[in-house]
Amino acid sequence: MAIPLPHILGLSLALFALGAVGVLIRRNILIILMCLEMMLNAVNLAFIGFADYFKAVDGQMFVFFVMTVAAAEVAVGLALVVAIFRQRATVYVDDLNLLKW
Amino acid sequence: MIEYVWLIPVFPLIGFIINGLFYKRLPKGLVGLVGSAAVGLSFALTVAIFLEYLKLPANARPVEVTVFTWIASGTFQAPVAFLVDPLSLIMLLVVSGVSTVIHIYSIGYMHDDPGYPRFFAYLNLFVCFMLILVGANNFLMMFVGWEGVGLCSYLLIGYWYEKKSASDAGKKAFVVNRIGDYGFLLGIFLIFYTFGTVNFREVFALAAKYPVGSGVITAITLFLFVGATGKSAQIPLYTWLPDAMEGPTPVSALIHAATMVTAGVYMVARCSALYTLAPLSMMVVALIGALTAIFAASMGMAQFDIKRVLAYSTVSQLGYMFLACGVGAFTAGIFHLMTHAFFKALLFLGAGSVSHAIAGELDMRKMGDLRKHIPITYKTFLIATLAICGIFPFAGFFSKDEILFHALVDGHILYWGIATAAAFITAFYMFRAVFMVFFGESRVDPHVAHHIHESPPVMTVPLMILAVGSVVGGFVGIPIIKGGHVFKEFLAPSIIYSAGYHEAHYPITFEVGLMLFSMLVAGAGIYTAYRMYLQKPELPVVLAQKYRAAYELIYHKYYVDELYDAVVVEPIKEGSTFLWTGVDDKVVDGAVNGSAGLINWLSTHLRKLETGFLQNYALAIVLGVMLIVGYLAGL
Repeated sequence: MAIPLPHILGLSLALFALGAVGVLIRRNILIILMCLEMMLNAVNLAFIGFADYFKAVDGQMFVFFVMTVAAAEVAVGLALVVAIFRQRATVYVDDLNLLKW
Repeated sequence: MIEYVWLIPVFPLIGFIINGLFYKRLPKGLVGLVGSAAVGLSFALTVAIFLEYLKLPANARPVEVTVFTWIASGTFQAPVAFLVDPLSLIMLLVVSGVSTVIHIYSIGYMHDDPGYPRFFAYLNLFVCFMLILVGANNFLMMFVGWEGVGLCSYLLIGYWYEKKSASDAGKKAFVVNRIGDYGFLLGIFLIFYTFGTVNFREVFALAAKYPVGSGVITAITLFLFVGATGKSAQIPLYTWLPDAMEGPTPVSALIHAATMVTAGVYMVARCSALYTLAPLSMMVVALIGALTAIFAASMGMAQFDIKRVLAYSTVSQLGYMFLACGVGAFTAGIFHLMTHAFFKALLFLGAGSVSHAIAGELDMRKMGDLRKHIPITYKTFLIATLAICGIFPFAGFFSKDEILFHALVDGHILYWGIATAAAFITAFYMFRAVFMVFFGESRVDPHVAHHIHESPPVMTVPLMILAVGSVVGGFVGIPIIKGGHVFKEFLAPSIIYSAGYHEAHYPITFEVGLMLFSMLVAGAGIYTAYRMYLQKPELPVVLAQKYRAAYELIYHKYYVDELYDAVVVEPIKEGSTFLWTGVDDKVVDGAVNGSAGLINWLSTHLRKLETGFLQNYALAIVLGVMLIVGYLAGL
């Protein structure tokens, strides 16, 4: 028995909001990256839900693309984090305000 | 041959280019030779064309030679083209002929000047522009020459530019001329607006359809006359000419006596078809001419600088020419222009020869008794003086008398009275100059006095040539005898009278009586000068003291320069200072600096938004996305 679309979207929205809030308020850059992943997966969930609802595979296809991009993004993101840590010995974004006026 | 008329101004141009560009590599002798030969070739070609023109049948005259189209824009056509007709031929002959003589004179006169090649380059350029001015077949090309001679006049007045008075005089001449040129330009605009063409013959043909006294023709002629007052030094724009004497003497002779300053007279005569349609303009021309004649003559009485005396006399003689044009006697004006070119060039060159003899002195109070030391200069100068006074049979007699005659019969007895009074004053101050320079006690500085010398032949021969012209030049225009006035008959086709104009005929006794009277007047002027400067040399001083106020007024040239300074120059200076400190410094610079200041102030505050915190930016993005989504969802 299929799960109704509103439920899936509701979960997706909750996950997205959670991730967005995490990105905005957490100080640790690793956590921020993880929250970013959570936002992406919330979007994936919405895609799957719609694909099921409309009986079309386009949404599922897109999920694969998103996962590929997310993997690449994490690879680059983590590499940057390592580089920043080597330079500044910190992973807290509060300390990274070099672009201040 | 006539189709090569365009070569006439090209020769001096080539001379200008050679002397102007390669003067460093040319030996000094060659510079003078190139300069003189260039003008001499022009003169030879002009003579050849003149002779050929005389042979042309009447229906083949006049000839227009188009070289190429200079400006073509829609219906507006301005070709580089020359009009060969009696008027332009006479002007070409006078300009190139007198120029050749003066160039040769300059070889001697300017010999020790460090700027020798520059002088000849400028002089050639001037001749080129002057020949363009008189040869052009349309107003626009005439304007090119008109401006060009103004430029050369400026360059040559300020030739000794390291002397402040000379460079100031150059600037004054240029600025005053600009005022006149502005009027001339407006006249040309109005001509094109009214007739749709700037070609002389087309304009005159179209103008014939207008009624006498039509407003637009009057406006055109008045604008053109403003240009003429600037270039030909008439009231109110004459003040530059006396100051122009700061230039070398050959320049004064060529530009500021014989040729350039007559451009205005030439232009008025050329536009006779327009002027005769505008009685009001004719009256203005005649009145300005008559007033200038007497006004300038009176100023000449109290000058001590010989060149300034001659300068005022030039202004005065130009006034005569305008008076002649103003009463409709255009031929008489051009006739006087021609004879004046001879004797005034001769007077100036003679003055140059005098100052050459006594170490550059121009003050007549430091001359005297020079006639035995420089006999050739003395004799030629005397001939020119007799000519300008209008003594029979010298050239000036014929032309001046014709003007006086026409002023009386075609004009008004008032004009005649003024002109006759001016003739008296002219005779007086010219002989005053002769007596002060060549007669009486020697007042030459002692250390100069013992090597007074006559000028070399390269200078005296030109004097003699011009002297011959001053003697015989008048005989082309013998009055009274039928067929004697060759000049007038030759010139007649160029002078276009409006319908209804006809020449009056008067009994011979009247003409002869008038001539005798004007000779008598001139004789009285000469006698007065003789009494005051030879018999009783103390008399001028006594008179000057007795009529102190009048003398001071004339001596200071009626304070016209001071008046112009106070009324025109100073307000312009003050206005400019206001525009500089008030408008430019405060408004213009204020706007530029103010906008920079505003941006600076805004940035100091707005840049606080750039916190450098990653999450601030992320928040901005999220809020932005929410706004966009909300907008798209139609909230």
